[in-house]
Amino acid sequence: MTALLEVEHVAVQIGGLVAVADLSFTVEEGQVVSLIGPNGAGKTTAFNAITGYMRPRQGRIRFRGQDLAGLSPERIAALGLVRSFQRTSIFGPCTVFENARMALHLRGESGLLGALLRLPGMRREEARLREEAFAMLDFVGLTARAEVTADSLAYGEQRRLGIALAAAAAPQLLLLDEPAAGLNPSETAECMALIRQLRDRGTTILLVEHDMAMVMRISDRIVVLNQGRIIADGPPAEIREDPEVIRAYLGTSREVPHAAA
Amino acid sequence: MSAVFGWLFVAAMAAVPVVFPDPYVLSVLTSAGIFIIGAISLNLLLGYTGQLSLGHAAFFGLGAYASALVSLGFDIGIGFGLRLRLDPQPVFVGFLAGIAVAGAFGWLLGRLAFRVRGAYFVVITICFAQVLRMVALNWVELTQGPMALIGIPPASLWLPGQGVVPLYTKPQSFWLVLGVGTLAFLLVRQVVQSRIGRALVALRENETLARSVGIRVTHYLVIATVLSAGIAGAAGSLFAHYVRIIDPDVFLFIYTVTMVIMVITGGKGTLWGPVVGGLIFGLMPDLLRGSAPPEAQWIAYGVLMILLVMFLPRGIVPAVAGLLPARRRPAPAIAAMVEPAP
Ligand SMILES: Nc1ncnc2c1ncn2[C@@H]1O[C@H](COP(=O)(O)OP(=O)(O)O)[C@@H](O)[C@H]1O
Ligand SMILES: [Mg+2]
Repeated sequence: MTALLEVEHVAVQIGGLVAVADLSFTVEEGQVVSLIGPNGAGKTTAFNAITGYMRPRQGRIRFRGQDLAGLSPERIAALGLVRSFQRTSIFGPCTVFENARMALHLRGESGLLGALLRLPGMRREEARLREEAFAMLDFVGLTARAEVTADSLAYGEQRRLGIALAAAAAPQLLLLDEPAAGLNPSETAECMALIRQLRDRGTTILLVEHDMAMVMRISDRIVVLNQGRIIADGPPAEIREDPEVIRAYLGTSREVPHAAA
Repeated sequence: MSAVFGWLFVAAMAAVPVVFPDPYVLSVLTSAGIFIIGAISLNLLLGYTGQLSLGHAAFFGLGAYASALVSLGFDIGIGFGLRLRLDPQPVFVGFLAGIAVAGAFGWLLGRLAFRVRGAYFVVITICFAQVLRMVALNWVELTQGPMALIGIPPASLWLPGQGVVPLYTKPQSFWLVLGVGTLAFLLVRQVVQSRIGRALVALRENETLARSVGIRVTHYLVIATVLSAGIAGAAGSLFAHYVRIIDPDVFLFIYTVTMVIMVITGGKGTLWGPVVGGLIFGLMPDLLRGSAPPEAQWIAYGVLMILLVMFLPRGIVPAVAGLLPARRRPAPAIAAMVEPAP
């Protein structure tokens, strides 16, 4: 069986800097795979390359066997691969409900003719998208906030909305960039529950996250990146004992509590 | 504003020629109406995609020239000893040609300019209008250059039982502009309150995020540019057949600026903004005409504009909507998007 996502020898340069030197890993369908590594290791850059925001200098990225080279982010999203952003990214001045409907773009198909003539098919689609938007908000616990602007949500709520936007169109593969960043412990627990539910719905997840307790508990596999290269790849139990991982994290012991212990 | 209010407004406007059959009032309202249609079209770009087109008069002028030339007919050399000849066509054909030509240039500009955004887009649109003005000035065989195209036939309408009726009178012209304006408004409303409209607003608010959820940038921006240009072309065509003489000055920057002012003071990104702003800035010069010397008029015009932008930065319509009690319905989300709530 081929993997859902295959990253082979990918290198990304930003200006003169090699942000990702040589990255190879796979994500199997139905799993939660985490990509971890210290700040500046190249995790976000890897996400940018996979989702078409940056062009790799070398290497190949395949999704469901299809080469993604040269495809725009919107085309890649349409194939069923959507990412969230490390820095909170929402449609600020629009209501939470509007945010959800915008993110459901790929779940509709009506165009200009439908808009102008309001044919029955288009009305049915609008009604369905409305329902899906509410279902999505319900899923992330934002139903009560549907009519306020996204700007006015609390930080934790904005993070949840960000995940909802990425997950809205039910992508096959969801890339989450530090979804728990800045969350308190109870919010982090909610976030983890959310990711589990997404996985149980059949969404495969590639996760970048600094909260090691969460990563260790939620991941089927962990890929460790350091200075643009992979230094380990395996199940959590193995990664925890890996001497090279421990060495890479020394001094930032907060990150691998079990390893440091 | 509710649909009921909108239709009341249209009905009240339609009654004006009956209640005040004053030709001066009607001519002022007709000109204002033509510019309001231009402002409605500009709002689709400026308000909903966030792209500032400072060459919007180009589409207006293209519509005016294309419509006038098709209804007057022409016979010009196009090089290599070839000639291009067109017999005079009915005005409605000219009207459609005006929309089509403006829309086609809108497509071209959309494809070209959306590769470059922001300031570059602004500069390209300014140049576009300037280049068209130079063409209109210098391609004398086609456009008569600065001598202007004269004798443009008035608009006509096919009525059942009466055949093609030319619209000579002031009330007829006014009703025609009101009708086209209503259609333009409805067209923009349908587009904005749909999946396309949501895509445009998503791109305006956060392009990176919009692309990540699969919204195709060029596709939607080109749709908006073509529609916007086409509606501006319709306004230009109405203008040509109303004043019945056009010269290269239709491409002047000041016309674009007038439309931008209407949209911004009324409230960009709201359906009624260009109508409200257009009524104020379309009617004010004429209302002041009798009562103040021209210099004072321009000063009043400028001061009002500055005050509006200072105190109502989002425009009049959002400010007024903010004063009204918000309607609470299960999902008034479109209303909230189109007419920002408090
Ligand atoms: N836009 C950018 N311009 C310049 N350097 C960047 C940019 N984005 C990332 N980098 C650099 O690339 C490297 C990898 O960054 P990033 O992928 O954001 O790391 P991570 O997400 O693992 O913290 C870092 O050295 C960072 O400084
Ligand atoms: Mg990062």
